[in-house]
Amino acid sequence: MRLMATGLSGERAGEHVFGPLDFSISAGEALVVTGENGSGKSTLLRVVAGLLAPSAGSVSLEGAGDETIASSAHYLGHQNAMKTALTVEENLRFWRDFEGEPHLEIDEALEMVGLPDIGHLPFGYLSTGQKRRASIARLLVSYRPVWLLDEPTAGLDARSERQFAGLMRAHLEDGGLIMAATHVPLGIGGAREMVMGGVNA
Amino acid sequence: MLALLHRDIRLGIRAGGGALVGVLFFLAVVAVVPFGVGPDLNLLARIGPAILWIGALLASLLGLDRLFQADREDGSLDLLILADQRHMLAVTIFVKCAAHWTASVLPLVVASPLLGLFMNMEPVAILATSATLFAGTPAIAFIGAVGAAVAVSLPRGGLLVSVLILPLVIPVLIFGVSAAHGAANDPQPFLPPFLILCALTLFFAVIGPFSAALALRSSSD
Repeated sequence: MRLMATGLSGERAGEHVFGPLDFSISAGEALVVTGENGSGKSTLLRVVAGLLAPSAGSVSLEGAGDETIASSAHYLGHQNAMKTALTVEENLRFWRDFEGEPHLEIDEALEMVGLPDIGHLPFGYLSTGQKRRASIARLLVSYRPVWLLDEPTAGLDARSERQFAGLMRAHLEDGGLIMAATHVPLGIGGAREMVMGGVNA
Repeated sequence: MLALLHRDIRLGIRAGGGALVGVLFFLAVVAVVPFGVGPDLNLLARIGPAILWIGALLASLLGLDRLFQADREDGSLDLLILADQRHMLAVTIFVKCAAHWTASVLPLVVASPLLGLFMNMEPVAILATSATLFAGTPAIAFIGAVGAAVAVSLPRGGLLVSVLILPLVIPVLIFGVSAAHGAANDPQPFLPPFLILCALTLFFAVIGPFSAALALRSSSD
């Protein structure tokens, strides 16, 4: 499995944001996208996920049969995609049923992110870092080979960051692909880095 | 899909009590009419079906603008759009509409017989009005989905949604009220307008989700 982008450019409201970019990520590899604020990291991830149409070029997943990037990727955006009125467990159970291909049990996933005893609490009661960890647990409850992560460690403390790095390494060893936009080092060895230029690069 | 239905119904009932707000609004609209019109029982009975329909229509517009906006704000909408290959977006929207109807419009249909008594309506007219509301209000939810999808990125799109969809729900109102009248007043027919009402609901159940899906896709940024 290989994620290939050729001459990929993106725009927002008619304004050129990034590109053209060429990159490829093979199974077991991670690509860390860094760059200043406004350099187009989030836009790039949204274009790769298929939420935005590229203004030029193309991005595709090779060796995945009929699957598109959208159907074989987990997208973790700035928002956590969880309902504050439902409990953590209800939220995760919903995403597990909706996204299909169940992977870990909900208790297991919560334990992996270090939140073993809070499944019964409404999501709105959690702190920022706990919310982020609960939404990282969403990546674990159903299986997707590609992880598209936008600032995944925002709000996490040092220990949770290390824990998350471990989860990402395990995902890569399973033959997964990771593309992450971030400011801080993610602590996954051997990840390639792509620096996005300034606003008009 | 069933998971989405469950989640949305649970949210509709639990978060902010959307169902109760709608019923209270419905009650308020219908309860003030007799005071405004005056104590003419015959007149009240004659305009009863129309007042119930208008009240239910306005009450069911109340929560519509939040149909997709809440999902957009917490990022769920992105994931629903991305899941297109597993769950076609139009089907996802259909399920969301069904959940919205169950949680916030069905209580209005259930409450309508009681409010019909306020309007001095005959039992058969009350029954007919409830039946037409049951058959017709889903169409409002499906049309509303289109308006909600168009206005999803606007911070205060509530009024815009109502204005956008009002022209499209007027046929639903017309046939709903004329079917209810037909049941109570003998020379007028009940079945033809009722069947057209059902046809409208089925028609919008197909057109609505597809157009809403189109609008949502082009609005994601």
